[in-house]
Amino acid sequence: MTADNASQRTVRINIKRQASPDASPRWEAFDVPCSPGDGTNITSVLEYIAAHPRTVDGVDTTPVTYDAACLEEVCGSCTMVINGHVRQGCSQLVDRLLEEAPEITIEPMSKFPVVRDLAVNRERLFKDFQRIQGWVPIDGSYALGPGPKESPENQDVRYRLSRCMACGCCLEACPQYTFDNDFVGAAVISQVRYFNRHETGSRLEDERLEEMMKPGGVNHCGQAQNCVKVCPKEIPLTESIAEVGRATTRNAFRRIFIK
Amino acid sequence: MSRNESRIAIVGGGLAGLAAAMRIAEAGKQVDLFSLVPVRRSHSVCAQGGINAANEVARQQGYSEWLHMDETLYGGDFLAHQPPVCEMTAWAPKVIDLMDRMGVPFNRTPEGHRDLRLFGGSLYKRTHFAGASTGQQLLYALDEQVRRHASEGRVNHYEHWEFLWPVIDDDGVCRGLVAQDLRTMQIRAFRADAVVMATGGCGTIFGKSTNSTICNGAAAARAYQAGVWLGNPEFIQVHPTAIPGQDKFRLMSESARGEGGRVWVPRKEGDTRDPRNIPEDERWYFLEEKYPAYGNLVPRDIATREIFWVCQQGKGIGGERMVYLDITHLPDATKKKLYAILEIYEKFTGDDPRETPMKIFPAVHYTMGGLYTRYEPRDDNQGMVQNAPGNMMTNVPGLYAFGEVNYQYHGATRLGANALLNCIFDGIFCGPSVVSYVDNLERGAADQPQSLFDDTVKQEEVKVKELFDAQGDENPYLLHKEVGDWMTDYGTVIREENDLKKTIDRLQEWKQRFKRVKLVDTGDWSNTNMTYARALGDMIRYAEAILLGALERRESRGSHYRLDYPERDDDKFLKTTIARYNAAEDSTELEYEEIRMGLVEPRQRTYGKVEAADSKDDAQERSGAEAAKT
Repeated sequence: MTADNASQRTVRINIKRQASPDASPRWEAFDVPCSPGDGTNITSVLEYIAAHPRTVDGVDTTPVTYDAACLEEVCGSCTMVINGHVRQGCSQLVDRLLEEAPEITIEPMSKFPVVRDLAVNRERLFKDFQRIQGWVPIDGSYALGPGPKESPENQDVRYRLSRCMACGCCLEACPQYTFDNDFVGAAVISQVRYFNRHETGSRLEDERLEEMMKPGGVNHCGQAQNCVKVCPKEIPLTESIAEVGRATTRNAFRRIFIK
Repeated sequence: MSRNESRIAIVGGGLAGLAAAMRIAEAGKQVDLFSLVPVRRSHSVCAQGGINAANEVARQQGYSEWLHMDETLYGGDFLAHQPPVCEMTAWAPKVIDLMDRMGVPFNRTPEGHRDLRLFGGSLYKRTHFAGASTGQQLLYALDEQVRRHASEGRVNHYEHWEFLWPVIDDDGVCRGLVAQDLRTMQIRAFRADAVVMATGGCGTIFGKSTNSTICNGAAAARAYQAGVWLGNPEFIQVHPTAIPGQDKFRLMSESARGEGGRVWVPRKEGDTRDPRNIPEDERWYFLEEKYPAYGNLVPRDIATREIFWVCQQGKGIGGERMVYLDITHLPDATKKKLYAILEIYEKFTGDDPRETPMKIFPAVHYTMGGLYTRYEPRDDNQGMVQNAPGNMMTNVPGLYAFGEVNYQYHGATRLGANALLNCIFDGIFCGPSVVSYVDNLERGAADQPQSLFDDTVKQEEVKVKELFDAQGDENPYLLHKEVGDWMTDYGTVIREENDLKKTIDRLQEWKQRFKRVKLVDTGDWSNTNMTYARALGDMIRYAEAILLGALERRESRGSHYRLDYPERDDDKFLKTTIARYNAAEDSTELEYEEIRMGLVEPRQRTYGKVEAADSKDDAQERSGAEAAKT
């Protein structure tokens, strides 16, 4: 975003803003200078606006509040809805977005309460990780030798699941995930699979599957399959849903026969 | 004091903070965990490469914990205290085992053992890894364990809270902290019998770096201004291979070189051909040529300077400040192993590194210096006394520093894949030291007068009000950019007397200009304009310690390279720099302290460079290299 480039252009950025959780949303437009091929992404656009907070109408405004940390699409913070698609601001290059539309629009995710502007409160997701006991129940942190051996194939499956950065894209895209229910969504179901696939993690398998059979569990999934399409980490979420679905059915049968 | 009443505050939810939280909660203490972001989003997620530890395979080839220690000390140019390094490397295999038990998906061999890779600064495969996101995987495993403790009521998460100041009583003992809720903007005090700072590095002082936006060093700078000393602040690691970007430099992990990636430039200056069309004999593999033993795997400071110099001489790609990092020749299986880091490159540049060589340049990456800490050495120097309250405690009693913000372990530069180890080790080994300290306290935080806490809250409220009231002419974002540009130009890869003096003079102006900062947002809800500006004031104070430390250290050592003093000078500078903040003068004062050795004699750090190949060490290293290759 240097000013001296001959091929400089300005890009129109429309941002949906909201001063606080209770305030009504409003739109502001900004013109941001950048050059084709200069690697300008949405987070650097937001940084530019913070330093130059003036709308296209010449009205002075405030820097846009948004969550950000790594800017490498690993921490999941800067998830937002850009040109109508949920994704991370850091990994969206302006050049590519302009191929989609002549102007860029940025909105906060709609499935979580807005804190301010583009920042939302994703606490529900973290609570749901806790709900499924998303951890390996080890006997404390004293040195007790290595963990179980694992086949490279199982490691490969677990590794792909463990790249979930709790960004919330899959939940934003899911028609079943709403403010008025307690559906856990694809990210959490996938974590059930992740932990159940570990030898020690599977000690809590029954408890996790039990939770998955309750309201808001895996049966709440409507199989729209939007989740897997929007996952920035290409996590096989529908596979996870199917595997956890089958496991809950198996578990239900087993319980009937044991009782 | 009674064992079950005590509370411990941990600032920072990265690997060090979480490992400490787990360990301390397990000991039955109540933990208050503060983090700017949900802990799962901490900067530790960015660590790609791996975590070092002696292991059975390497051991049978001649490796050991002792050699790991030796590599770490040699890599750090002997500026690190030796007993803590000895302890850390001795614990490394246990740390790996523990993380393994927690379910970290470490890469596996066909039989199911943990796979290993070669990393810079070693001739043995001793780096454990989980794909190309080892830090993320380790962090998640610790986050999960801490949430397990939270579900049992032993840990309270204060996420989206910012540390503002430690509460220190009249006897100089830390009794808690003051923090701010970044949503409601409420400022409040928290009583704590001990406070652990695990707040990471300070990369954004240099503007664009490989660090996350949250790694601004403000927390450390506040502790420093409150009376905690800094150790070796001038030691800042520049990573040789980063992808230049608009908002930051994105790391290209050392594992790209560890797996066989080669660094080169066209032999012909200003060659504008597509790199794929440049024949082998017209490529200059300058690292391999100058360092035949380690080749592309020389330690980071050496690789950085070589790349920097090549570009200074106009030999960079197209005359620009970039060189090629080439993995196109590697087999598909290796490319698959590197998938995640290659994906990053493709995503942020639009080019596929499997087809065309990557363009990279060095960027600020890691803070070796940090809050000054002490420890209880064992009599034979081979480690620290287990559970001793003094381990990694700063000069302020009750205030600890763990992880990257702790100045220990890495000396003058850090070896790849030693950072994750350092962070987890601090939490695991020194967490119990914090527990010992609070168990031996006669009077705890609960016994302190309310006024002590109220006064610190008041102080922080006044600072915010002053910022709001300043309404001057300085844009905090542009002032930060200026600070970052100067710090990068004169305070990183190559340093020199006049440049440093000029920058220190400039910094005095920044202090004045900061007083005239204009906030465009004076609201009291999730005000990032204010928090950004406030941090900048603290970063400027930290920057002064970096610059002054660099100016006064008239030698070259590790990451600190002085053009005017290119040699290491052990007689004068085999010492720790201690920086103290003089609050009355708003200035930095330096002194030097002896380093505890006792295990390894300092030797020249050459990594078998050909021009220096006469010494016996180098010959040994080269024969070692041959042995390790077979």
